[in-house]
Amino acid sequence: MIEKMDKLEIRSQEYKLSEATRQEIVELVKKYPSSRSAILPALHIVQAQFGFVPVEPMAELAEMLGILKGDVEQVVTFYRMYNQNPVGKFHVKICDSISCYLRGSDELIQHGLQRLGTRLNEVSGDGQVSISKIECLAACGAAPCLQVNDEYMYNVQPEQLDEILDTLKTAKENPYYIP
Amino acid sequence: MAQQEQIFPPPPPLLTDKPPFEYQLLKHRGIPGFDKLEVYRANGGYKGLERTLSMQPDEVVAEVKASGLRGRGGAGFPAGMKWSFIPKVSGPKYVTCNTDESEPGTFKDHELIENNPHQLIEGVLITCYAIGSEHGFIYCRGEFARGIRVLKRAVEEARAAGLVGKNILGTGFNCEVVIHSGAGAYICGEESALLESLEGKRGYPRLRPPFPAVAGLYARPTVINNCETLSNVPHVMREGAEWYSKFGTEKTKGFRVYCLSGHVERPGNYELECGTTFRTLINELGGGAWKGRKIKCFIPGGSSTPILAPTDEVMDTPMDFEGIAARGSMQGSAGVVIFDDQTCIVGAVLRLVEFYKEESCGKCTPCREGTQWLVQMLHRLENGEGRPGDLELITDVGSNIAGKSFCLLGDSAPVPYNSALKLFREEFEYHITHKTCMVGPRAGKQLAGVH
Ligand SMILES: Cc1cc2nc3c(=O)[nH]c(=O)nc-3n(C[C@H](O)[C@H](O)[C@H](O)COP(=O)(O)O)c2cc1C
Ligand code: SF4
Ligand code: FES
Repeated sequence: MIEKMDKLEIRSQEYKLSEATRQEIVELVKKYPSSRSAILPALHIVQAQFGFVPVEPMAELAEMLGILKGDVEQVVTFYRMYNQNPVGKFHVKICDSISCYLRGSDELIQHGLQRLGTRLNEVSGDGQVSISKIECLAACGAAPCLQVNDEYMYNVQPEQLDEILDTLKTAKENPYYIP
Repeated sequence: MAQQEQIFPPPPPLLTDKPPFEYQLLKHRGIPGFDKLEVYRANGGYKGLERTLSMQPDEVVAEVKASGLRGRGGAGFPAGMKWSFIPKVSGPKYVTCNTDESEPGTFKDHELIENNPHQLIEGVLITCYAIGSEHGFIYCRGEFARGIRVLKRAVEEARAAGLVGKNILGTGFNCEVVIHSGAGAYICGEESALLESLEGKRGYPRLRPPFPAVAGLYARPTVINNCETLSNVPHVMREGAEWYSKFGTEKTKGFRVYCLSGHVERPGNYELECGTTFRTLINELGGGAWKGRKIKCFIPGGSSTPILAPTDEVMDTPMDFEGIAARGSMQGSAGVVIFDDQTCIVGAVLRLVEFYKEESCGKCTPCREGTQWLVQMLHRLENGEGRPGDLELITDVGSNIAGKSFCLLGDSAPVPYNSALKLFREEFEYHITHKTCMVGPRAGKQLAGVH
């Protein structure tokens, strides 16, 4: 029992909003006529801290926005971009909507999974990389395309995906970030 | 060329020194550093705002009305008319720019915000002034993380130059522009769902009336326009309605960005005069079907518009709202998706319908359940497990979604199947009778168990 309490305690410490995160959210809220409106960008800030949106800080966020914890949960479960469980440090999201499909996205996904030795949505053993499908990324003219976390890669052929996956295996920061 | 390489998403290759239409919306393609305020201003930027602020708000609305500018988000509603619906009441009013861009085949707003952010910000400011608003929101789909960074930088640059915030250009006009990020949901492109989302809720569409012009964001009068629509506004106000309405066709004025994708030699965004023909876009500029193949059919305006066959009559159709409607489809978001003659139409339709199933917001039953059935039955067909009568059954399920759903997403879900069945019925039947595909690399192979 005591041990279990400790674990919960440790987890809630681990998933505490950092001072920087809190500060960023406080600044963000000021831009909106109603603080509730800030919830989507605020959750992106939370996700940037943990890599996903854990349940622990939802109450804290709700308090900051003057809404109920349930309101936060409703939003987190509705929008696709919020990971409710941990994903790879680098989450590779390959578009498989029509224009990418026509230019080989299914084969690209298969190829990537084989290379990585994982199944769809499964994180590689070292915790570095996971591959998922995603709906149209609004880059259909550069199909097939993908995102590594929030950064785009265009016209990705299987050989390039190999390179990307190899790079990500040892990367610390997202190498495809353009300011 | 050096400049072209820094543009994201990447543009199609230039075939000649000059673009097919002198860039207006895509001026950034020819001028390095266009996302910087200084460069934008050196090329006529914020001249439209300056002129606007010297006029009365009503005159601005009248000018945009006279220009003939119509919405680029899908329905083509006249922009000036939409603005004129805003009641003259005191208290807050809002402008929201729809940059949720998620309709498969559409990728123009993506290029506009990442490379030409000030054009949009100027458009938002002008719109705010015209309707008496001091607060503009640019709602970007969350995946546009870089576009959002670019826009935020641009807003701060504009603020430092006295173009955003209090007492803009010393005229007493106050206006804030907020860059907002969504979080992955196609439905938030539907205008009432966008407002719900911007209020911090799930993106469920609202019952109408009341319309946003009367009770929109926070139940206040609100204008919602697409990103490309608002990007046109600075040009209208800088050069005037008369200049703008010289471009285009009788009922669709100006220029727009056509998004060309799929099995085409040179995919990408093409800025052209409204009413350019499909033949010019697809064959002359796009290079026709890739790999020397033939075009089987194409989507003319984003995944929600009926598929067309490339007959001479269709290819010579001017791409404007009325022209495409006369061929039984829609201009929509101007996303043109090409299918070559080796495409299995059943597989393609399945992929299109899967999108609607994934993106159904779940608020109403016909769409939530119906899209799942559509996908299940099309899967069966695609896998060679279709049964006689399935085609009618799928049509039937489709007709129980369209017209019975709460919003247009439901109405759109059966569109790809219905339009494809009209053109390629024998291919669908072949999947049932032969348990195999008529065309493409899988022709003649038993389909069951392929996936
Ligand atoms: C399901 C659905 C998705 C939509 N997605 C978008 C979108 O991503 N961007 C957009 O501008 N309009 C979208 N629309 C159309 C908007 O509801 C609205 O008509 C448009 O933003 C109005 O702007 P406009 O008059 O400037 O075209 C969508 C409509 C529906 C029904
Ligand atoms: S039609 Fe579909 S997307 Fe629209 S409200 Fe109903 S369930 Fe949601
Ligand atoms: S279909 Fe893949 S980006 Fe649009």
